[in-house]
Amino acid sequence: MRVQEKIIEGLLWLSAAITILITVSIIWVLLSESVLFFSEVSIVRFLTEKEWTPLFAEKKFGIMPLVAGTFLTTVIAIAVALPIGLTIAIYLNEYANARFKTFIKPLLEVLATIPTVVYGFFALTVVTPFLQSFIPGLAGFNALSAGIVMGIMIIPMISSLSEDAISAVPRSLREAAYGMGSTRLQTAFGVMVPAASSGILVSVILAISRAVGETMIVAIAAGQQPRLTLNPLVPIETITTYIVQVSLGDVPHGSLEYRTIFAAGMTLFVFTFLLNNLSFWIKKKYQEKYD
Amino acid sequence: MTNSEKNRLKDKAFQVFGVFCTFIGLVVLAIFLIDIVIEGIGRIDWDFLTSLPSRRAARAGILTAWAGTLWILVLSALIAFPLGIAAGVYLEEYAKKTKLSNFLEINIANLAGVPSIIYGLLGLELFVRIMNLGGILLAGALTLSLLILPIIIVTTREAIKAVPRTIRDGSFALGASKWQTVWYQVLPASFGGILTGVILALSRAVGEAAPLIVIGALAYVPFVPSSPMDEFTVLPIQIFNWTSRPQAAFLTNAAAAIIILLLITFLLNGIAVYLRHRQQKKIKW
Repeated sequence: MRVQEKIIEGLLWLSAAITILITVSIIWVLLSESVLFFSEVSIVRFLTEKEWTPLFAEKKFGIMPLVAGTFLTTVIAIAVALPIGLTIAIYLNEYANARFKTFIKPLLEVLATIPTVVYGFFALTVVTPFLQSFIPGLAGFNALSAGIVMGIMIIPMISSLSEDAISAVPRSLREAAYGMGSTRLQTAFGVMVPAASSGILVSVILAISRAVGETMIVAIAAGQQPRLTLNPLVPIETITTYIVQVSLGDVPHGSLEYRTIFAAGMTLFVFTFLLNNLSFWIKKKYQEKYD
Repeated sequence: MTNSEKNRLKDKAFQVFGVFCTFIGLVVLAIFLIDIVIEGIGRIDWDFLTSLPSRRAARAGILTAWAGTLWILVLSALIAFPLGIAAGVYLEEYAKKTKLSNFLEINIANLAGVPSIIYGLLGLELFVRIMNLGGILLAGALTLSLLILPIIIVTTREAIKAVPRTIRDGSFALGASKWQTVWYQVLPASFGGILTGVILALSRAVGEAAPLIVIGALAYVPFVPSSPMDEFTVLPIQIFNWTSRPQAAFLTNAAAAIIILLLITFLLNGIAVYLRHRQQKKIKW
């Protein structure tokens, strides 16, 4: 009996420990291939060259164009999702009644359940032609429509996390504001949002991390031309798209081209890892203020 | 206009803006869905569902794609379901509040934030190269299982956390061991919640294309996979492939395939919502 209990506990522990093994494997896989990559291409070239053409005859290995593409689509997505998501969070908390809230929240979550390849299709076949009708210089593949659609996708992420943060602010603060004669708007922006600012910041950081790692929308709609630009109207390439592009082709295992996707993946992983841990840190440091 | 009138006007204006923001995403989504249905619904017929892929758009079907998606769904469930629940049970019921369990928790939260394409790189090196599986169903299912594992663990823990202390105390008082308490009391009581989480995680797996492209799932597979060791494609990859072709006929195919994919996704989410609802109604602690 006791032995059996111990064996079961051991098995359960093993399942939990597998998660550490996954993290270690991810880091090991990315590192081991990246090290091989950097033994052929110096890290200085990787960080300072202004072109990324590892698949061409004349190879350049500057990651900056891919980082710029990722940055551009992410900024556009956040520019769409933050104002809308935050307004939804404030509206649901300060204005809407409880019944409307329970009705609308699952509907908003639907936005997050749509597969990203479907969003990519929308961006390419609906949003780009629509934008082209009044932005004459817009290319068929561009960062703008991919970013906008990605923003729509992450609205529920910002709205629900921010809403949680705002509703965690004690009632007494809100009532004090009303007692001073504030309108709902003044209460929201003067008291509730500042009081919930750390939680809202966490939601934005997690949304950025999500946007940085998003793949299919940008692979379909943003193009495959690495370009060091912040012009949202022309085709660009993100880190994730490059990995997909190479994976679709026939690149032999062990070649330098094969290793570029791990170096690119390492770059991506570092970004998302830092963002995620920054959000955990903020959450831990500031969240218990009102408990 | 007095100051207070101005403020009241601003308040009203923001209310209107709030309603606008709440619905803008949903309206855009509705436009997308209607556009998809108009474009794709006419293409869906029995032949489309039962035909192999083809170079000619009019003859191409999604048989191999949806068969691959079903395979991936079942295999990922078989791998991730027991593993995720076991890990969740350990963390919630067994783990003491030590540095190690704290580290495990941060680690799982971190894994949940790793982009799916990174899991693809992991699968490519670990399953496809080192274990030498190649771009087969098993490699794809293993990769996606790792991807959804953190989601299943987190929801399992939440479901178990909702079971009140008194249930466990009652079980212990009757002389049950730790595992007996978990197996006969805690797990049955939280099973609805766990299942909801697992289904939501699977619906995520069904929509993933990027990690499977990275491990080398093909866009063109001229046969229906009959074992986990076969090569495969899935609906999202088929959609991606058709979307990236210039001919309009393939875009129609993509729209039709999207309708099928969305049906599967919504069906899974519907089941999850229903289960959660039933669970909430059935049990009142």
